[in-house]
Amino acid sequence: MADTEHFFTAAGAHRAGIRSFGNKVLNVVCVALALLTLIPLVSIVFLVLKNGLPLLTPAIFTELPPAAGQAGGGFGNAVVGTFQMVGIALAIAAPLGILSAVYINEYAPTSRLSNTVRFVAKLLTGIPSIICGVFAYAVIVLPKTGLIEAVQGWREGWFRDIALWIVTSLPSGFSAWAGGFALSILMLPTILITAEQALLGVSKAYREASYGLGATRFQTIWRIVLPDAVPAIMTGIMLSVARAAGETAPLIFTALFSQFWAQSLNEPTASLSVLIYNFSTLPYEHQQNMAWTASLVLVILVTISNVTAQVVFRKR
Amino acid sequence: MPISMESELKSPAADPSTASPEPRPDFIQVKDFNFFYGRKQALFDITMDIPERQVTAFIGPSGCGKSTLLRNFNRMNDLIDGTHHTGDITINGRSIYDPKLEIIALRRSIGMVFQKSNPFPKSIYENIVYSLRIAGRRNRKFLDETVERSLRGAALWDEVKDRLNESALGLSGGQMQRLCIARAIANNPEVLLMDEPCSALDPIATAKVEELIHELKKDFTIVIVTHNMQQATRCSDRTAFFYLGRLIEFDTTEKIFSNPSQKQTEDYITGRFG
Amino acid sequence: MSTLSDEKPAIYRAGSRPGRRSPDLFQVLCWVASVATVATLAWMILQIGQQSWPAIKEFGLGFITGERWIPNRDQYGVLPFLLGTTISSLIALLFALPLGLSIAIFLSEDFLPLPIRQVVRFTVEMLAAIPSVVYGLWGIFVVIPLVQQWGKWLAKTFEDVPVLGVVFDGPARSNSMLTASIVLALMILPTITAISRNALVAVPATLREGSYALGATRWETIFGVLLPTAAPGIVAATILALGRAMGETMAVAMLIGNSDRLTWSLLKPAGTLASKLANEFGEASGIQVNALMYAALLLMGLTLTVNILGELVLRYTQRKTAGIR
Repeated sequence: MADTEHFFTAAGAHRAGIRSFGNKVLNVVCVALALLTLIPLVSIVFLVLKNGLPLLTPAIFTELPPAAGQAGGGFGNAVVGTFQMVGIALAIAAPLGILSAVYINEYAPTSRLSNTVRFVAKLLTGIPSIICGVFAYAVIVLPKTGLIEAVQGWREGWFRDIALWIVTSLPSGFSAWAGGFALSILMLPTILITAEQALLGVSKAYREASYGLGATRFQTIWRIVLPDAVPAIMTGIMLSVARAAGETAPLIFTALFSQFWAQSLNEPTASLSVLIYNFSTLPYEHQQNMAWTASLVLVILVTISNVTAQVVFRKR
Repeated sequence: MPISMESELKSPAADPSTASPEPRPDFIQVKDFNFFYGRKQALFDITMDIPERQVTAFIGPSGCGKSTLLRNFNRMNDLIDGTHHTGDITINGRSIYDPKLEIIALRRSIGMVFQKSNPFPKSIYENIVYSLRIAGRRNRKFLDETVERSLRGAALWDEVKDRLNESALGLSGGQMQRLCIARAIANNPEVLLMDEPCSALDPIATAKVEELIHELKKDFTIVIVTHNMQQATRCSDRTAFFYLGRLIEFDTTEKIFSNPSQKQTEDYITGRFG
Repeated sequence: MSTLSDEKPAIYRAGSRPGRRSPDLFQVLCWVASVATVATLAWMILQIGQQSWPAIKEFGLGFITGERWIPNRDQYGVLPFLLGTTISSLIALLFALPLGLSIAIFLSEDFLPLPIRQVVRFTVEMLAAIPSVVYGLWGIFVVIPLVQQWGKWLAKTFEDVPVLGVVFDGPARSNSMLTASIVLALMILPTITAISRNALVAVPATLREGSYALGATRWETIFGVLLPTAAPGIVAATILALGRAMGETMAVAMLIGNSDRLTWSLLKPAGTLASKLANEFGEASGIQVNALMYAALLLMGLTLTVNILGELVLRYTQRKTAGIR
C-alpha cells in the first residue's frame, strides 16, 4: 500500500501533480501543432487572393494568353480546354465507374471478378497521376506520331493525301482526347468507389419491396436502387471532377499547351493547370500574376465542385 | 426513517490478516448531493453513508441515477461535457471535489469495473501492470508480485499463470471481467466500484464473480450497481434503492428485501414495476 | 373471385421472376464495364512495360544503378531520381507524421470546443483539395525564400558536424530537396490525418474509460491505450501517404531544381522519377522515350508495391479491431 500513489497522502498528491503537469504541457503542444497547420493554408489562400484578384476581369476569360514578356491577354482558351478535357474524362469514366459499381454491388457482390474490381480500384487510386499521363502518351500520342511518319514515307499521290488526312484526324496525338483519356483513368476509381458506397447505402428494404412486387432485377436496379443512389453518386462525380480539374501531370505531355483557341479536340489544348505551371517559371511579372489568377480561378472551381459534392448532393 | 444513518455496524473485519483499525461506518459520505447533465437534473438531494469494507448494492430501475452516483465517486462524470453538481462527497473524510485534489490520484485509489469488460489489447500481464507503469514503476520484481497478487485476488491466477504474455483478448468473457477486476485491484485501491459487472456474463461466470466479491470485501469497500435483485441479496450487506434520481431507501439488504419501509421499494422488489 | 384472377400469376411466366439468374442485357453491360476496369490496370502495365522493353533490353539493371542521365549520348541511369524519390518522400514523412498525428489526436480529443475542431478539420480537408500546381506556385513564392534564408544558416552551422555536414552540405540553393520535401509534407498531411483520425476514433470508448478509471492522465491514456490500439491504422496511413508522396509530380517538379546529379545534400537541387518524367516526356524521341517509359515502370512498380502493402495493413487492422469491440 505504501507503494501506491494515494490521494490521501501528501506524497501521492505530489507525484500526481507532476504527472498532471506533464499532461498539461502535452495538451498545449498538441493544440499548438494542430493550429500550426492553419498557417500554410491561410498563407496559400491569402496569396492566391492577393496576387490573383487584380487580374481577375471578364477579359481574362475571353482573351488569349499573351506572348512571353507581353502584357494584357487572358486565358480563355485554357478555361475552355480544362472544361473540354474534364468533360471527355467524365464521359469515359462515369459510365464505366457506375456500371462497374452496379455490377460489383448488385449483380455479383462476392464473385471473384467483383473482388478483383474492388482491389483494382484501390490500386488505381494509388497510381501517380503522371503515370496516367505516361499511359495516355503510350496509347494515344505515340501511335499517331508513328502512323503519320509511316504514311509520310509513302509514294506521293492522292492516295497518300487521303491517308494522311485520315490519320491526322484520328482522335490522337497531342490532343484534348489524350488529356481527357489520361484524366479519365484518374477519375475512374473515385467514381467507382463512391458509387459502390452509394449503392451500399440503399436500404435493403427497398429492394425486397420491389422484388416482392414481382419486379425483375433490372427493374429493381433501374427504378429503385439507382434513383435512390443518385445524390451520393453525384457526390463522387463532383469530387472526381474537382480532383481532375486541378491535375497537371497527366496533361503536360498529352494535351501539351496552346496559345490559341483550339479548332478541334484533335490538337494541343491549353488548360488552366498547365498554364500555371508554364507561367510560374517565366521571369515576367505579368505572366506570374496571370499564374496566380489562374490559380484563383482553379481553386474557386475546385472549391465549388467540392462544396457542391458535400452540401448539395449529400443531403437526401 | 427512510434513509438510515445508523452508525453501529457489525465488524466485518474478522479476518486476522488485515490488522486494520476499526472500519469507518461513513467511509464514503454523500451530503446533499445534486447532479446535473446540462440542465437536466439526474440526482436529487442524495445523502448517505457507505461503510468501509462492506458490499453496498445500488438497485433501481433504468435511469434512476444509480450509475450516475457510482460514477461520481471516482469523478468519471467529469469526462462528460456540461455536467455539474452541488453538495459534496467525501471519501475517508476528504472531499473528492477539493480543488487541490488531483483527479488522477483519486482514481488511482478507487478501482472501477465496468458493465462490459474492457481489457486493453495488450497481454494479460501488461493489462494488470498498466496503472503501475503509468506511474513510472519499473521494478520487475515488484511488477511480477503485483500481477500474481492481483490475479490471485481475482481468482484468475490458476487459469492464466502459464500465459501471462498472451493477449488478453483471447480470454473468455468471464475471464476478461475477472481480469478487469484484477487490473482494478492491482493498485491497492480503497474502494472498488462495480457498474453492473455481471450483466454481460453467463450464470456460471456470474457465480464466480459473485464469489469473488465476497472474498474482496475483506480488503475493499465495494459499491455495486446491479439490475439483478437476486444478485443484490446474494452478495451485498446493504442495499440502496433509487428511483427517479432520488434515494428512496437505504438499509441492510436483509431489511430492504424482507421488510422495506417504503411502498415504492416494495413495489420494485416484488416486481410490480421497473 | 375477381377479374384479376384471369391473369396468370406472374410466377409462371419465366421472364419476370425476381432474382432470376439468367443474365439480362444490363447485367452484361455492367459485367463488361467491370472487366474493362480490371483490364485498364492490366493494359497500363502492359503498355508501359511494352514501351519500356527496348530500354530494358538495352540497359538492363544498369539502368537502376546508373548515376548519369545524358540523352545526347544515349546514356541513361535513374539512380539519382530513384534516390530523389525515396529521400524526398521520407523527409516529407518525417515532417508530416508528427504533425499529422498531432492533428488526428487533436481532432479526436476534446481539447477545444467542437466548432474550433471543425475549423481545423475543414482546413485539413481544404489542404487535400488544393491542386498540386498551386502548391508549386505557392512554394516558389513562399517556401523558396524561406529556404534561401535558412539554408545558408543550416549549411554554415552544420559545416563541421559529421553526418549533418553531408546532409546540409552547401552552397545552399533554394530549389532543393528540402524545399520540395517541405511542400510534399504539407500535401500528404491530409492523408495521414484522415486515416489516423479514423483509427483513433474507432478505438472503443470503454478502453478510454478503463484507462481513466485506473488513474491515467489524458496523455497516458493516449500513449498507453489509444495509440497502441490504433497503431496498425496509423502504420497504414503512413504507408499510403508515402505512396502519395512518391508519385507526387508537379509541386516537386517546380521546386526541386531538377538536377541530374546524385547528391546527399538536402540543400542542393535534385530530381525525382516523377519530376524527370514531367520535364522530359514532351520533347523526348527515340530510345529516350523508352528510357522514360522504363523510369515510369519503376515508379509504377514502386508506388503499387507501397500501396498494396498499405492496403494489406489496413485490412489486417480492420480484422484486428473487429475483435476488440
